[in-house]
Amino acid sequence: MRGEATRIGDGINRVDGRAKVTGQAKYAAEFEAEGLLHGWVVSSGVAKGKIATLDTSAALAVEGVVHVLTHENRPRLAWFDKSYRDEDAPAGSPFRPLYDDAIVYSGQPVALVVATTLEIARHAASLVRVTYKTEEHETDLAARREKARKARPGKGGYEPPPKPRGNADEALAKAAVKVDAAYESPAEHHNPMEMHATTVVHEPDGALTIYDKTQGVTNTQTYVSNVFGLKPDQVRVISPFVGGAFGSGLRPQYQVFLAVMAAQVLKRSVRVTLTRQQMFTFGYRPATWQRVALGATAEGKLEAVVHEAIGETSRFEDYVEVVVNWSGLLYQCDNARYDYKVAELDVYTPLDMRAPGAVLGLYALESAMDELSYALHMDPLALRLANYTERDQNTDKPFSSKELRACYAQGAARFGWEKRLPTPRAMREGNKLVGWGMATGIWEAMQQKAAARAVLSIDGKLVVGSGTSDIGTGTYTAMTQIAASILGLPIADVTFKLGDTTLPPAPLQGGSWTVASVGTAVKAVCEAVREQVFKLAKKMKGSPLAQASLDEVIFAGGEVRLARDPAQAVSIAAAMRAGEAFTLEEETSTLPQLQEQAKYTRATHSAVFVEVKVDEDLGKVEVTRVVSAIAGGRIVSAKTARSQILGAVVWGIGMALEEETLMDHDLGRFMNHNLAEYHVPVNADVRDIEVIFVPEEDEVVNPLGAKGLGEIGIVGVAAAIANAVFHATGKRVRDLPITLDKLL
Amino acid sequence: MKISFKVNGAARELDAPPLQRLLDALRLVLGLTGTKEGCAEGECGACTVLLDGEPVNACLVPVGQCQGREITTVEGLGAAGHLSPLQRCFIDHGGAQCGICTPGVLISAEHLLRRNPDPDDDAIREALAGNLCRCTGYQRIIESVRAAAVLRRADARDVGDPRDVGDARGARDVSHDRQEAP
Repeated sequence: MRGEATRIGDGINRVDGRAKVTGQAKYAAEFEAEGLLHGWVVSSGVAKGKIATLDTSAALAVEGVVHVLTHENRPRLAWFDKSYRDEDAPAGSPFRPLYDDAIVYSGQPVALVVATTLEIARHAASLVRVTYKTEEHETDLAARREKARKARPGKGGYEPPPKPRGNADEALAKAAVKVDAAYESPAEHHNPMEMHATTVVHEPDGALTIYDKTQGVTNTQTYVSNVFGLKPDQVRVISPFVGGAFGSGLRPQYQVFLAVMAAQVLKRSVRVTLTRQQMFTFGYRPATWQRVALGATAEGKLEAVVHEAIGETSRFEDYVEVVVNWSGLLYQCDNARYDYKVAELDVYTPLDMRAPGAVLGLYALESAMDELSYALHMDPLALRLANYTERDQNTDKPFSSKELRACYAQGAARFGWEKRLPTPRAMREGNKLVGWGMATGIWEAMQQKAAARAVLSIDGKLVVGSGTSDIGTGTYTAMTQIAASILGLPIADVTFKLGDTTLPPAPLQGGSWTVASVGTAVKAVCEAVREQVFKLAKKMKGSPLAQASLDEVIFAGGEVRLARDPAQAVSIAAAMRAGEAFTLEEETSTLPQLQEQAKYTRATHSAVFVEVKVDEDLGKVEVTRVVSAIAGGRIVSAKTARSQILGAVVWGIGMALEEETLMDHDLGRFMNHNLAEYHVPVNADVRDIEVIFVPEEDEVVNPLGAKGLGEIGIVGVAAAIANAVFHATGKRVRDLPITLDKLL
Repeated sequence: MKISFKVNGAARELDAPPLQRLLDALRLVLGLTGTKEGCAEGECGACTVLLDGEPVNACLVPVGQCQGREITTVEGLGAAGHLSPLQRCFIDHGGAQCGICTPGVLISAEHLLRRNPDPDDDAIREALAGNLCRCTGYQRIIESVRAAAVLRRADARDVGDPRDVGDARGARDVSHDRQEAP
């Protein structure tokens, strides 16, 4: 008997779950190749200057060392910046590993030792002697804030701040009640559990098969082809499993560059895996300074919003993210002014990290809203509702859908918000101060061009593929579910393939757009197959469906059934047999309906409610309860959807209370570059988290009506925690993370 | 040096430098890549394996110390195409996401359930204190271990012979679970 078909929205198990719990899922560093060599990266010990001498003789003398690549002996590389620019590159000149003697940041790769075993490579790397002619560096954002300047646009998806509306500064000066404060947040590193790694297999014909940790195989393929002057069809990139990324795999990182370079020079297969310490030597969430000033009437109507931000960037690229724009979009206010600048430092270029920009901007805005609520003696939730907007005033457009009111209502009800005592320090349990805080979250709902291929075999098995990735989010599962639902097949009969440049191209996995983009392509290609099957079913001799149209039938249980009389049915296999079609194949590319979409602002929303308990004597903060209510459009795969939000909420806990990459400005380098001292949330930091998905219909965002969930879960969490800490203690901490020393 | 030990019940022999990390012996020499590396300094627990029944970080154990000893990795938790109760429940309850911390978490949890068949949430958190996860937010890991404890207790036979569990319990929703081999 055939299993029941799955519907979109069901909570199915992760289809790659078995592979992952048995250790069979293979990641970039786990693919074998004959005669595989191991590379070990030597990192720069200074932040700025030039390499004076680079002595590799001791390393080369070690038995088993095959080569040491440096800027002195590297092969020819592409000349123009254009060749190094990847899909996620900001404006500027991308970093070129081993290009010349210039040191532009601490931890920069200066050599790659290649040896027959990992141990030999690691040992020999310790014997490479590098001396530097150092130059003065600056890595402190606070010291460079005055020199911040307008950022050059150029990064895909970046929207510069909107033009001001009304006169915010004047309105602020006149406002009955106002708050004006600066908020700071430190650099954070993605720290996916899997280190970045690449295994390059040098094929006998000189072609390269590259197993890479990436959020986009096409991006790696294009980058490698351009930089090394290869034809794209000589470069196949494969990435079936990615052990977390959170943005760190959006740009090709230097391990793929070095592994390819070594493979090209040596005509051998090479693997390069970064160490955890080296995971702190490329992109990160930039340290950011913000000012938010809010003015309101005595009744709590917003009169003025001013939001300014300065983020750090490198000397060579203008990393930009959308930090301030949200403030004029989330609430009704006729006077708004924004400013966003970058400050150049001697660091590597920052990189998108889960909900880039929004997570910072909403931390500041939602903290300021909380401060305003106290200034007004108004409930924080009531203040948000009083300024609720049905229109995006930044662009003067309606929202394609916005169920944020339902998020507020359901979240507050589940949390028990009405029992909150308004005064700080009013709620306590023994020596623990109890605080309740809330915040709003917002993120864009985007769709990109994507393509997919589907092959249905006469045995009822469907294989669908698209060159997207699954960084742990559940792409395999959601796509399998979409495909199965359209053809009415059991999950077990559908296989989804991804992470391979031989598959139809998909966008980078980022921006929470994978389900919206690739899901739409998968839906379209499966509908094309469905139509082919239907035609065959109609054509069959004596078909009960001969007079039916496609909208009168349903696909279920491996059959095409008449909707009004399901007993009138043709099996897919019989239809294909009769039509002598052993396989039916379709390939489709889908684009967003740009004209229609442009009429609306498309966004996901959330309302986050948090309870903290703060030890009055020790300042220790525990997040004991979180309710996150999400308006994310249609939920495609309920279990993986909930997981996305749970994980993101815990990222918010990390951001609020723990995560901070500390720079020693004298040395110009990150000091806590390991998991002992870079604190990510652990088991003991996490208690009760509840996720609510409020129903939200949206026919504009994409044909699935799904808005994406990867980022929205973290947005607003840090502010909600900071607000709860204020409610508990009466102390407003305006620089993250809120560590206990700031509360004592 | 020549080292003989048992890995997942099978006698293995290898010729390795004595200070080679057990982690590399498993992954690079024996091809058992289920055990993951997350930090190389005993902080993250991704490389947790059982050494004579006790959880250790394989990144901190020289293979030379493993002579004559018994090692269990994630590959040894189930048997012949059948999943252990923990593996089963990590699929059912969403305990695995990107999959890198999963093998180490499963090993730590296996060790817990062997000693304490009915752990409360604090006991589960304590047992998994050495395992970092960046995806799940831990809640579903706790839910998965809790469910596995119930499953193991529900059928004493399961505890004795995990090979039976796949048949007994796996049939529930086999349509939702399938080996993905792209």
